[in-house]
Formats: sequence, C-alpha cells, structure tokens
Amino acid sequence: MKTEKTKIVEHSHLVGDYRLLVLDAPEISAQAVPGQFVHVRIPQLEESALRRPFSLYKAENSTISILYKVVGRGTAALATAAEGSELDVMGPFGNGFPIPGSEVTPLLVAGGYGVAPLYLMATRCLKKGVLFVGGATAEDILCIDEFEKLGWDVRVATMDGTLGSQGLVTDVLDEWLTENSARNDYSPAGHEIFACGPDGMLKALGDRAIAGEFKGWLSLDKHMGCGVGACLACVQKLQNVGGDEYWGRVCKDGPVFESREIVWESSE
Amino acid sequence: MNDETKKSDLPIDVPVDLSVNIAGLEMKNPVMVASGTFGYGSEYAEQMDIDRLGAIVVKGICMDAWDGNKPSRMVEVPGGLVNAIGLQGPGVAGFDEKYMPFLRQHDVPVIVNIWGRSLEEYGEVAAAFEDVEGVSGLELNISCPNVKEGGIAFGTNPTMTADVVAHVRKNTTLPLIVKLSPNVPNIAEFAKIAEAEGSDALSLINTLPAMVIDVETRKPVLSNVIGGLSGSAIHPVAVKLVWEAAKAVKIPVIGMGGIMRAEDAIEFMIAGAAAVAVGTANFIDPVASLNVIDGIAAYMKRHGMSSVSELTGSLEL
Repeated sequence: MKTEKTKIVEHSHLVGDYRLLVLDAPEISAQAVPGQFVHVRIPQLEESALRRPFSLYKAENSTISILYKVVGRGTAALATAAEGSELDVMGPFGNGFPIPGSEVTPLLVAGGYGVAPLYLMATRCLKKGVLFVGGATAEDILCIDEFEKLGWDVRVATMDGTLGSQGLVTDVLDEWLTENSARNDYSPAGHEIFACGPDGMLKALGDRAIAGEFKGWLSLDKHMGCGVGACLACVQKLQNVGGDEYWGRVCKDGPVFESREIVWESSE
Repeated sequence: MNDETKKSDLPIDVPVDLSVNIAGLEMKNPVMVASGTFGYGSEYAEQMDIDRLGAIVVKGICMDAWDGNKPSRMVEVPGGLVNAIGLQGPGVAGFDEKYMPFLRQHDVPVIVNIWGRSLEEYGEVAAAFEDVEGVSGLELNISCPNVKEGGIAFGTNPTMTADVVAHVRKNTTLPLIVKLSPNVPNIAEFAKIAEAEGSDALSLINTLPAMVIDVETRKPVLSNVIGGLSGSAIHPVAVKLVWEAAKAVKIPVIGMGGIMRAEDAIEFMIAGAAAVAVGTANFIDPVASLNVIDGIAAYMKRHGMSSVSELTGSLEL
C-alpha cells in the first residue's frame, strides 16, 4: 500500500504565496527519487476535492518536504492545515529524474517553484553542476542559498530584473551553453538538462537539447485526477522511437520525460 | 442511547451475508467500481486489495484502440468533477493482451464496459468478448456524453436503445448490463426497453452532461467543450433515477453516482438497487470502495439484517 497517514512536522510561510510543508513520512521518505511526486488529500475539503500532486523538495530523516504556492482552492485549503495534524499522502509516484554519472555536468533549470524537485536532485547528483532559475520577480526565486551551500553554481534571471539578470532563464542557460561549446574539450554528452517549470520553458529547453544533441529531462506539471494512471486526465502527447504518437499519462509514465519523447501541441 | 447500550443490545456475532447475485454473476458483496474510474484494475492493485471488491468494471472498450479527446480532459467543480476523457482505450485485442493476464490472476469478477460508433460495432465488440477468457459480464455503454458518435446518442433515443440492446443480446452469451443515461425525460421507459430487449441488469446513472467556462479567457475549460459531471453533486439525482428505474423493472439495478461513503451506497439499495458502484471517490481515496463494503456490513449489524438483499427496495414511503 502506498498511502501513508503522515503528521505535519512543520508548515510555514516562506515568502509571498509560497509555503513549506514538512511531513513525518518514513515510508515515502525512504523510497523517494528526485522528480517523483506525492498525491495529497486536501484537509477540510476532503470528499469535495481531488487530491493535489506535489513534487518532493526534500526527503531526509524520515521526513518529506513540499514547497508549494497557493494558487487555488486546493492549495488555499492546504495552507490552513495545522502543524501536528494528520495528512493523508499517497506516493511516491511516477518516474523521477535519472541520476547522471559522475562524468556528466547536471544543468538544473527551474521556473519559479519548479526549483523544488531540483533541490532533491542536486542532493543526489554525483557531480556538482549549475542551477539556472528564473521567475517573474525576486520573490519567485526560492531556496537558492541551499544550492549554494551544496556548492552549486547558481545563475538567476528575473523578468523584471529585481534579482540576477533581466530576462528569461533560457537566456542565462544560453550564455552557459555558448561559453562551453567554445571549449576545446566540449562534448554534447558532457552535460544534461534536468528541468521543472511551465510548459513554455520546458518546450524551449527541449528544443535546445534536441538541437544541441544532449539529453534534456523535463518534469511536466499537469492537473491530475487519480495519480495512479487510471483516470487518463493528465495526458501528454508522446512519441515512441518509431515516431508513433500516443497519449502518455504524466502521473504514471512521467512526470519526467526526455525531450525527444514529447510532442508539443501548437496550443501549448 | 449511548454507544455502550447500543453494543449490548446487539446479538453477538450476527453473521452478515453480503453476497449478491446480479444477472447470474455471483459477487462477494454488492460493491463494484464504476467504469472509467478504476482503469483496468492493475492501476489500483498497489493501493488496495482488489479481490475484496464485488466486481471490477473496466474502462470502456471499443473494437480498436481509441485515442480519446485532447486535454484538458477533467476539471474539478464544487461537489465533483467534469470529465471528457473520450473513452481512450486499447481496443478488444489490446485489452486482452495487456490487461487480462493480470486480471485473470485475481479472484474478482471482471465486467467489461463496451461501446461502439455504430450498431454493427456494438455487436462486433460484444461478439469479440465471447473469446476473451476471464470476462464475467458486459456493461453496455450507451450513455457516454464524451464521444461524437455512439455513446449517449444510443441511450437517449428509445428506438436506438431497443435496437442496440437487442443487437448486442444476439451477439453475447455473457450477462448483459445496460448502462443508462440520466439525460432522458423518463428513465422508466428506457429501463423497460432494456429489460424487454434482453438486458440482464441495469446500471445507472452515467455522468450528467455538463460544461465549465473559464471566464477570463471565455473559453470552455474542456477541449471537448462539454463533459460529464460526477461526484457528490449528482448523488441525489441518481438516487431518484435508481428509485424510478427499479420500480419499473424486474431485473436487478446497479446504483451509482456520487457514492463517497457507505451511507450513499445504502441509500441506493434502499431506493431499489441490488448492487452499487463507487466511481469518482476512487480518485480521492483508493480504499473508498472497501470502506463502503465495511460500512454496509456495519449498518446491517446495527439494523439486525442478515442478508444485504434485505436492503434492496426497503424504502418506507
């Protein structure tokens, strides 16, 4: 069984609409792979709301942490859950990021709170790499000090220029790629992208991975129903190596896909 | 009366018989899981003991693999959700190859929900399941609001309902359950038609046609524009329709629509259902159906009932 009655150890306000939730969840914590998610039953709403999926931000000492933004009625209700109370959590679910070998420089690319699963990823990577993180404004750039503590190179971009360079996260990534591709020892196999954020950003990163002939692992964020692959709500158009297209389930077949698997629809 | 006196008033160890026979199908208990809310069984096997279920009704299947609708396919609304998955499925052969080996290892009846785009295809799909080992029954889907051809078009027209039930009946020896649409002016009429044309049982209700608009973009939230409403919101509607259908026919009725807890299921049975199916609640709590089974048993003990069939149609007017 993958449902755990967890206890809220810490539930705090970070900045703006962002909150941190720490749960005592020994079973989930022990199994957690970066990029996986947990499916949380929303207290108060109970039967009148679907569960909400959240990426794992941390998994250590029998606990798991979730970093979330209050965006709708589900997260608004979750935000009222008191420390010490119980939370019904299913997981860990889905396929996470593959941990690259020590010869590969991991390039973590985050949009806003998409940084959460990338922190767990950074703690598990064999080689320290670069975190590229973007957001609308300085408030959307979260927990970069923690990456710095791990010894990671952190590069920030905000749309309004209130932190890091002004512009898109892909702009700062492009600088790094240009810089590195000029080096004599450059090899496309020497780095891989691991990303989480909005679809537009993911598509832009996938395009770069395909053009630059390196791997790009993208974690998709979709509204989910069941979380276990039964309801077929959270589908994404994918293609297999033969080019056959099909609907993949983000919850069960993902949420992490390699760039070449994803077929972006024109509306996305 | 407090809890202490309640307990002592009860006979000790009343044997509670939860078993039911629906359309010739022996079930351990009257609690099934509704088509489209439980995948093909394997998806939930890690979360719960699927062998405890009365039956599993798998997601709708037509002859060949079917893509379903584009996303977005589901949206939460107060009291439930609106979905327009569009019957994505592997087709008969794909289902047999991919999902039946797992289901055959389990001790739970498998009912396959079937649909077609034409009368002929309905018959073809039904006939194809004659050769699939391990299938205990067919549920005829003539009430899905999310496909352009087939589905609800058959279930909301009396002549078409009669034709499709009769045609499928000719093509299958399996127990046949006809799943009725709530979107008709007189459910009793459709219940009687299905019974007259050879249906062994009825299941109702399918989702209610519904629509959600994003006011900021002024666009429909679902790519299919319309979808089907399920969840608590439709429960009282479903109870009323089950009550009316059950009064109209002699064949067993399977009640579904917004069962979240045992009381909701018991309500259906009192209204006349011989069995029930848990749907949307599976998404919220994978063990919802098992809680319903336990809750029905507890209710029976509390009311001194020995057989769950005593509940069926026990409405006091």
